[in-house]
Amino acid sequence: MPLTPLRLGYVPLIDAAPLIVAQEMGFAAEEGLEFQLLRLGAWAQARDMLGAGLIEAAHMLVPMPVAQALGLGPALPDLDLVMFLSQGGQAVAVSAVLAERLRDQGHDFDFRDARKAGRALHRAAPDRLRVGVPFHFSTQLELVRHWLGACGFSQAPEVVTVPPPLMAQSMAAGEVDAFCVGEPWASGAVDRGLASLLLPGTAIWASPPEKGLVLRRDYTAAQPQMTGALMRAVWRAGRWLDETENRDTAAEILSRREYLDLPPELAERGLTGRLQVTPSGEIRHVPDFIVFHAGAANFPWKSLAALFAQRIAQRHGLAPVPAMQKAMKHFRTDLYREHLREAGAALPGASARLEGALAQDCEVAAEKGQMILRADAFFDGTIFDPPFSS
Amino acid sequence: MDKRLSIIVIEPDPERAAPIVDGLREIGDHDIRIISENTGLARHIAACRPDIVLIDLANPSRDVLEELALASGPTERPVAMFVDRSDEHLTRAAVEAGISAYVVDGLRPDRIKPVLDAAVARFHMFQRMRAELAATRTALEERKVIDRAKAVLMKARGIDEEAAYALLRKTAMDQGKRVAEIAQQLVLAAGLLSCR
Repeated sequence: MPLTPLRLGYVPLIDAAPLIVAQEMGFAAEEGLEFQLLRLGAWAQARDMLGAGLIEAAHMLVPMPVAQALGLGPALPDLDLVMFLSQGGQAVAVSAVLAERLRDQGHDFDFRDARKAGRALHRAAPDRLRVGVPFHFSTQLELVRHWLGACGFSQAPEVVTVPPPLMAQSMAAGEVDAFCVGEPWASGAVDRGLASLLLPGTAIWASPPEKGLVLRRDYTAAQPQMTGALMRAVWRAGRWLDETENRDTAAEILSRREYLDLPPELAERGLTGRLQVTPSGEIRHVPDFIVFHAGAANFPWKSLAALFAQRIAQRHGLAPVPAMQKAMKHFRTDLYREHLREAGAALPGASARLEGALAQDCEVAAEKGQMILRADAFFDGTIFDPPFSS
Repeated sequence: MDKRLSIIVIEPDPERAAPIVDGLREIGDHDIRIISENTGLARHIAACRPDIVLIDLANPSRDVLEELALASGPTERPVAMFVDRSDEHLTRAAVEAGISAYVVDGLRPDRIKPVLDAAVARFHMFQRMRAELAATRTALEERKVIDRAKAVLMKARGIDEEAAYALLRKTAMDQGKRVAEIAQQLVLAAGLLSCR
């Protein structure tokens, strides 16, 4: 049977793995699909191409469809997030100058204690810290603001957008003191001797949702079978990726010239959670540095749409409650249930929950039997209570 | 008469930037500037206070412009740019051509359209040139490999050039592959087998 082509856009990062693996390992073909994977240069490109119907689905920063729902982007057809692709995968890095000051103070770069690292940074940093993030609507930006806000910085950091490939260069040019970016770009800057890793994103927020699979709402309505096939293929790829022994293979595939085009050793660091902290080679092992499947990682909780919406609304002078309600409609837990039930995905009883409430992995009731939810606590104990009225 | 528009073209490759600028000059006497540097982009743009910014859809620096578009406060002169929302067809044509435009809020559609039309035409020209160049280059590479494979066959089997090519072509057809692929494999194998 001939395969149906489907155009997917991705930005070259290790968290594009579920899409690439779905194609390369045959999960797409099992569903009768042939992914045509388009490597994109900018997040805005993913959004615009999806909006114009030049691709059917995109690998996208989780807060982007939220921002679109709030009217903070160009006027495009409705974009919906149908599942998360990954949690974690980000790292905070500081410049060589800051790293040296931190060491002089006796900071040990333990990679676990976000409060300790934040306070040390506060002592070492200039008056107004300049932090690079890949996009104005990104999990990286939320992590940085949340973390520094809770660590005694009186002034909010100056957060500037820097495209990931230019992050190291921007630090070398003295334009940013620190940055938070998805792998392999943080490790890439370490290798060039320009940065030291300070924290993984997961030290700030245990399960930060990072990328989502985003489609046009009209497409999901007109093509339910294709939508379902796509979601199942990607979901199975995530399951494959979360088998530890497959991560090296994934690094090899992703590194190929047509995808990330970099040495496998660099992609491997983020994928295996063995990160090199400094140019001189200290290694920290972060077991769940990036997660593609485990603990219902793919379920697009509406409460997470609300969490991002509230924060974005506050910064842009929008009323928070209507913003949260709008955003929740764009995280399609209904499609997740409909299309992944038959594939065997564990489905939680509710579609919204308290965010940040789980200090440990936790067994909860599922539609059928029990399921494990991953720990999702913020380092400072913040708990987010979404509006459940909708 | 309308005032001159201030247009910025962000394009690191001067060979690509020049024809875009030429195209824009043809539609009127506008103030056109090229920015080729990625560093300090936000500063440059803020200083120039452009009406329209044109940039390759895939340029990573677009994400910096997105931030600029949101950052401007109500009291500032609107650097507030957004992807043009005045004309859906035009926007789609631009996206298809691989171009994105950031337009100051409140700029009249009839002033934006000719600029975008001109840019879209030039970008299409690039796409064609790029596709042609890539195709020519591939054809040339393949021609070289096929010539080498023919030479290998002629020497090994004592046949003439025409017979060598016929053999390559038949093998390719039997295997369901392209002649160039078979030639490549043969050249590689011959290299491995040669004792030198």
